Amino acid sequence: MADISIKGLHKTYPGSTELATNNVSLEVAEGEFMVLLGPSGCGKTTLLRMVAGLDFPDEGSISIGGRDVTYLPPQDRNLSMVFQSYAVFPHRKVRTNIGFGLVMKKVPRDELEKKVAWAADLLQLTPYLDRYPAQLSGGQRQRVAVARAIVMDADVLLMDEPLSNLDALLRLDFRAELKKIVQQLGSTTLYVTHDQVEAMSLSDRVAVMKKGQIAQLGHPITVYEEPADRFVGGFIGSPPMNFLEGRVTQQGALEVAGQSTDAPEFLARSAARSGGLPVMVGIRAENIYIEQRGAPGTLDATVDVVEPLGHATLLTVDLGGQVIKVQVASTVRVSPAEKVGLRFDQAAIRFFDTETQLGLTA
Amino acid sequence: MSHATTNKTTSPESRPQPEVDRRPLARQRRNRILLQVGCVLITLFMALPIYLIALSATSSRAALQEFPLSFIPNNFSLETMETFLQSTGILGGLINSIQVGIFTLLLSLIIGVPAGYAVARFAFPGRDPYQLFLLFTRALPIVVLSVPLAQLFLQTGLYDSILAVVLLHTALALPTTILITSSVFLGVPRDVEEAARIFGCSPVQAFLKVVMPMAIPGIAAASIFTFVMSWNEVLGASILTLNQRTLPAQVLSSLAESPLAYRFAGGFLLVVPALIFIFFMRRYLTNMWGSTIR
Repeated sequence: MADISIKGLHKTYPGSTELATNNVSLEVAEGEFMVLLGPSGCGKTTLLRMVAGLDFPDEGSISIGGRDVTYLPPQDRNLSMVFQSYAVFPHRKVRTNIGFGLVMKKVPRDELEKKVAWAADLLQLTPYLDRYPAQLSGGQRQRVAVARAIVMDADVLLMDEPLSNLDALLRLDFRAELKKIVQQLGSTTLYVTHDQVEAMSLSDRVAVMKKGQIAQLGHPITVYEEPADRFVGGFIGSPPMNFLEGRVTQQGALEVAGQSTDAPEFLARSAARSGGLPVMVGIRAENIYIEQRGAPGTLDATVDVVEPLGHATLLTVDLGGQVIKVQVASTVRVSPAEKVGLRFDQAAIRFFDTETQLGLTA
Repeated sequence: MSHATTNKTTSPESRPQPEVDRRPLARQRRNRILLQVGCVLITLFMALPIYLIALSATSSRAALQEFPLSFIPNNFSLETMETFLQSTGILGGLINSIQVGIFTLLLSLIIGVPAGYAVARFAFPGRDPYQLFLLFTRALPIVVLSVPLAQLFLQTGLYDSILAVVLLHTALALPTTILITSSVFLGVPRDVEEAARIFGCSPVQAFLKVVMPMAIPGIAAASIFTFVMSWNEVLGASILTLNQRTLPAQVLSSLAESPLAYRFAGGFLLVVPALIFIFFMRRYLTNMWGSTIR
């Protein structure tokens, strides 16, 4: 086990002018589960591949456990990896697949067998040890890939979207299992995904990436509740955060959709100085409540679409021309075209600069 | 029991209600039968001459003169084959041919497999021209290639040796070896190779331990092609040798003035080893293509 220290990584792929990673720095503590999250093309996989040694950076440095590995080939880095496509060796049986890395490390035979048996047991692969990967289901193949990675006792465990080729139900099961296994091992893990639910549920810390840079790094709940910018708020959460155009007046009122409520004090103060301040108001669907039209402190709105989801009901609501999502308990009865009042949970409202899209805090 | 009076031929005991239009089904069946017939005809077209040659080669000399010729091997004899094998140069030619075939195979794999891998995996300057250039050797007729080669080999002392023929055949086989293996290497996922690197392989080890085994079907296909090409190639082999003839070259040189039985025996001996070789390599081709590459 070891920590990972990434400093100022620049990488441009040949034939491309865009930076795949742009001055990325990241510290992963020993034993930490770090998730790199972002849409496709944000550079998260590139970053992982550079840590793995499958790609080399143009600039910057990577060290694992204090040892500089920036330009070392993968086999000299003492790490293991789980691939999105499983990447099990089709011409080898499950047993030799799992033991492959240990054979390459010239681990003694009895120790090797003990470790393979342990990993197979942990991942419920014992009955399949003498089969070929082609005879296994997708989920079992991914188990083989995980088993192959965990027997290595590597300094760092890398995972590149290990769950995304599994079907939805299997993914849910395996996610919890993976978390348990990694917790047991306590290994430093760098995990790439584009699935925000995976990121939230697995990580100790999550790094949200956008266009080759880290947009926000933090505890998953912090990232969820206090997105650093509009992109993060819109990327994390299902449904994503609602964004409303608003304005803080010089008198300290927050105007949204032609109606006004109180603005938080730090905004009111800067608005008083500048003579009015346009803001982007961000609020999550579950932090909006439906009330009677006209109740004090509510905004007038009209329900457009009602989508019962079972555990909750998702409403699409028209608020003075701006469309937002509202999530209410499934016991709430509303019908389309109903005129309602919306109450925003004041503590959950986030404000963003309309120009820079960055979050505004006191 | 009611007999349907409509023009339905499939089931005489049709149920009273819903009229099902069975014509598309009948059409599908008819097409399938036609396809089968077509396959059988093509197989016969290929197999019948081989059978006739085998029949004649294993019949006695006298039986060949009979009329009408019998289609059934009723007078089996090894007389024809024995005479043929004892004629001058045949046994030597057979040995030469096998040697040339095997060495050509090895040489073209040793050169062609890494080249195919390079074409499949690496974007190097001039890759596309290289691939096009490869085909040029096949664009030239063998005669055109052999004559300057003969001169070159005469100067270097390679003329009339097995090595000369091996070199020519390797040059002829390389384009296809490279193209076939590169297309199979393209089918080997890069991930798997990277996984090998992560789990402790150097690039060469990753190639030998993971990529090569997965490319076996393509290598088998290339081997079949190379061996059969080398076994059948006659023009170049005739030009480049005098005494160290390969079997086809040997047979060709004495074909015109030889009796009918000799020709059949020669034909038989030329066909059989190639068939045996294909039979064995076919296992790799069909068994592994489905299961390894995915």
